[in-house]
Amino acid sequence: MVTRTMLTLQFIPYFEIERLDSQKRISKLLKAVKANKIVLMEGRLKSEEEAELIRKTMEEISNTFKGIELSVVNTSGADEGFFKTIKSKMVNVLLGDRHGFTIIGPAKIIKEIKQDPDKIQLLTEESSSGSRRRR
Amino acid sequence: MINVLKSFKNFFSKMFGKKKKVKLGLYGPPNGGKTTLANKVCLDWLGEEMGSVSNVAHETREVHIKEQVVIKSKGKELSFNLVDTPGIATKIDYEDFMKVGMKEKEAKERAKEATKGVIDAIKWLDDMDTVVVVLDATKDPYSQVNVTIIGNLEARKIPVLIVANKVDLKKSNMKKIQAAFPQYEVIGISAKFGKNIEAFYEALFKLAGQ
Repeated sequence: MVTRTMLTLQFIPYFEIERLDSQKRISKLLKAVKANKIVLMEGRLKSEEEAELIRKTMEEISNTFKGIELSVVNTSGADEGFFKTIKSKMVNVLLGDRHGFTIIGPAKIIKEIKQDPDKIQLLTEESSSGSRRRR
Repeated sequence: MINVLKSFKNFFSKMFGKKKKVKLGLYGPPNGGKTTLANKVCLDWLGEEMGSVSNVAHETREVHIKEQVVIKSKGKELSFNLVDTPGIATKIDYEDFMKVGMKEKEAKERAKEATKGVIDAIKWLDDMDTVVVVLDATKDPYSQVNVTIIGNLEARKIPVLIVANKVDLKKSNMKKIQAAFPQYEVIGISAKFGKNIEAFYEALFKLAGQ
């Protein structure tokens, strides 16, 4: 018997979160993940916000919500030139860190996120069969 | 970058020189060997272990402190309070504990304590004066938890030493850990067997500017 599972990918553009304070940003992300959506957010959270997201996630863990899988994909190259790096840092200070993407998914659906330079692998697990598949 | 490292050194040096109770935290993902390293340090310098270790993740679910640890080398002395923290994770599933033989009630209790442990470990970040990040050298270092821990320490300007533990295992890959965090000194050790532990102590002295 073939088991079909619907996965919902929710894209959150940076302008949707740039005016939110840290707590509201985190609540928005967690709310979507708890609704079994895989969030693809433009940009990234600050380090402190990432820690707060983990802390909040721990507070929410229950028999049904097992936590999150989280990964940040940087699109700005580390080997960018000096002036380009300064320019990008100034843009970050003024507009927030909109470089790259953040992927957050519910741990009961996303077992692991693997990153290669040019691809991202989401390892999912079907609860019915326990088999793994890559997307 | 050299200036940043120097300022870290000076900062660390000042702390060890002036403050009475410097907190040296052990941070990292679950099962990296934080408590094994804490036990090794305590056994070497205090003659007693610090906590229990296990192959099952989240064995340490509370913050443990060993006060007044003094390490000595070549006439130098370093004194600190050692803080062993629970492993930081983004997910905790009680069913994982059942897979290693725990009863449902026990597994749920362990999961609940583990979540509290992660929250406490994050809260304690603000209290640390310096941190040793303990990573499992057999695991992929490019996990967001590692990046988040180190990013938070950087944001708080807390000096960091990275330890790649379990180098006694064939699967270990020191180069991969070094490649993941090129801006930090990485010391490969086996806390369990004491391999390269002298280099670890030397790195602590070096970080302290001694």
